[in-house]
Amino acid sequence: MSTERPFGKYGGQYVPEALMPALEELNEAYERYVLNNEDGFVDEFRERLRDFGGRPTPLQYAEQLSARYDRDIYLKREDLLHGGAHKLNNALGQVLLAKYMGKERIIAETGAGQHGTATAMAAAHLDMPCEIYMGETDISRQRPNVFRMRLNGAEVNPVTTGRGTLKEAISETMRDWAATVERTHYVIGSIVGPAPFPSMVRDFQAVISEEAREQLRDQTGSLPDSVVACAGGGSNTMGTFHHFVKDDDVGLYAVEAGGDSLSVDEEAGVAPNSASLSTGEEGVLHGARTRLLQDSDGQILESHSVSAGLDYAGVGPELAHLVDTNRVSPVNVDDELALNAFHRLSQTEGIIPALETAHAFGFLEAVEAGKRDAALGETVVVNVSGRGDKDLETVVEETTARDIDAGPDMDLFRQVGRSAGDGK
Amino acid sequence: MSLEAVFSEESAFIPYLVAGDPTYEESMEYVEALARGGADIIELGLPFSEPIAEGPTIQQAIVRALDGGMTPDRYFEFVEELAVDPTLVCMTYYNLVYQYGESDGPESFVERAATVGIEGLVIPDLPAEEADQLRAACDEHGLDLVFIVAPTTTQERLERIREQVSGYIYVQARLGTTGARADLSDRTAETLARIEDWQVPKAVGFGIATGDHAQAVITAGADGIIVGSALVDIVADGDNKGINTTETASRIENKAQELKDGALAGTSQQPAPEKQ
Repeated sequence: MSTERPFGKYGGQYVPEALMPALEELNEAYERYVLNNEDGFVDEFRERLRDFGGRPTPLQYAEQLSARYDRDIYLKREDLLHGGAHKLNNALGQVLLAKYMGKERIIAETGAGQHGTATAMAAAHLDMPCEIYMGETDISRQRPNVFRMRLNGAEVNPVTTGRGTLKEAISETMRDWAATVERTHYVIGSIVGPAPFPSMVRDFQAVISEEAREQLRDQTGSLPDSVVACAGGGSNTMGTFHHFVKDDDVGLYAVEAGGDSLSVDEEAGVAPNSASLSTGEEGVLHGARTRLLQDSDGQILESHSVSAGLDYAGVGPELAHLVDTNRVSPVNVDDELALNAFHRLSQTEGIIPALETAHAFGFLEAVEAGKRDAALGETVVVNVSGRGDKDLETVVEETTARDIDAGPDMDLFRQVGRSAGDGK
Repeated sequence: MSLEAVFSEESAFIPYLVAGDPTYEESMEYVEALARGGADIIELGLPFSEPIAEGPTIQQAIVRALDGGMTPDRYFEFVEELAVDPTLVCMTYYNLVYQYGESDGPESFVERAATVGIEGLVIPDLPAEEADQLRAACDEHGLDLVFIVAPTTTQERLERIREQVSGYIYVQARLGTTGARADLSDRTAETLARIEDWQVPKAVGFGIATGDHAQAVITAGADGIIVGSALVDIVADGDNKGINTTETASRIENKAQELKDGALAGTSQQPAPEKQ
């Protein structure tokens, strides 16, 4: 299996020996159940996505944005999937697969808490015990999701190493897996990690582009000129791109988090962004060769984004490959553009997006303002990867601190202090 | 001395410390203490920011060493400056090996390691499937490449590892990450039995913390013992409590002596030592 390199020089299986047999077992199960529908796995998966998840999600014509940008903007509404984000597609697929494999326990890492929440929901739905690893920093900035996981009966294990974000949570979940691999399945939350995870997670998420492509053809009779999705690890990105990759005329834009700045502080070991496709270099992290934010020695840098879900120093190997082969254009949007886009979408379309998702819309605005150069064309599909309820505390805080133009008047919050934002 | 030659004399004691933990100078004294305590081979860790195979003890040591300014170049200076008898093995993660030097690929790292006197490499996140490039570079520069065998390793994978390994085989005593434990895993003997006919020496690690553990592992048929966390614990304790370097070094030396004695006691109990 590992000799196959579907993503050019990227991918592979750079993991401790103790995990290799589990990856072989997983690869076999992936081929049997996911690729060949053995025992009706795919049928059951689709049925549960429909009845439990609420698929298909709509492809909605966005009237105000279309008028603003003088293009037809279509929104793929993954925010309407159960749980409020695209994450359930993958979580449900993997927990179900774990069940088919006879595993007895589910573990997962989470950054923004969306994947943890989706995994906790899927595990409760399929009656599997579940533990989630989450960095301390993320626990404090994503409290609603932490509580949702607990409500669904999952244990949440705080990770205190490093800066306490997604990178550390993945490392810690891999350590748990190395000790418990015989009866535990690790539900990785993005198209990252060792083979076969990147391919398998993409296949579970590919339902997004499968539907969107079909829906747009039903509504307009043609394909879009471009497709836009935010990119952290890249699971919503590849899910939104997958069925368009073969359509050579459709432009694919992966919008990364530009954070505060695209520069790197080597001394402090910090990259104040999460733009590994735009600025990263080839390396090996968390089981795969991919593009990374790293210093000249190869130490992994601490990334930054106002959005916890994009805050990661690596990216899926398939996206790295598609960028190298010029099929996907990597672009980036900084914290401020994303916050403005968050407010604009909320006000003009009545959709409060996740901060991750807001980056995709920040890109549309940046192109309109001439800050980014991209031939988006007449028809654009944007993936609304998740809804923003989980981010409201952060947005109140950041909007108050930064004076975001598109935001509402924040005086109310300044007068009554932070407690209003906390909802206490 | 070459790695295999070390094992031909007696049961080998292979301690591990992170280079630069907590500082360059203190670490130098601790490594020298290991040599005085009877180390035959020293696995010297080059700290990487994402050590996925390590438990909390070594993770914290890696943080201390990185905070203390350890880098790959400083590491090689450290090894050059080190004047000890035990054979040196570098333990690190693949990204540091891959990124070193001007061009991508493991070649520059291996060349530099050979120049400063390192005899072998252990790369815990590099399974046999991904190791061809590094194996070739090691062959070219005369380095051994040590692989790990875990309790979960399948028969098919054992064969693959057997083709790639040289120096010694690192037998992982239990599942999970590194760390000192109160008891030994019975999976050690099971794994040793599965590779009984391998010519390469077998060193057991993960969880060995006392002379009694060392003795039991050797008695079970191992050719050597690898001990990391139990020694790193002493460094951590010294650093946390502000114990002076000489005192900490002497505690490390005593612990090393205990482990070495345990290994030797185990040798005399081995039913039929199969030294090649």
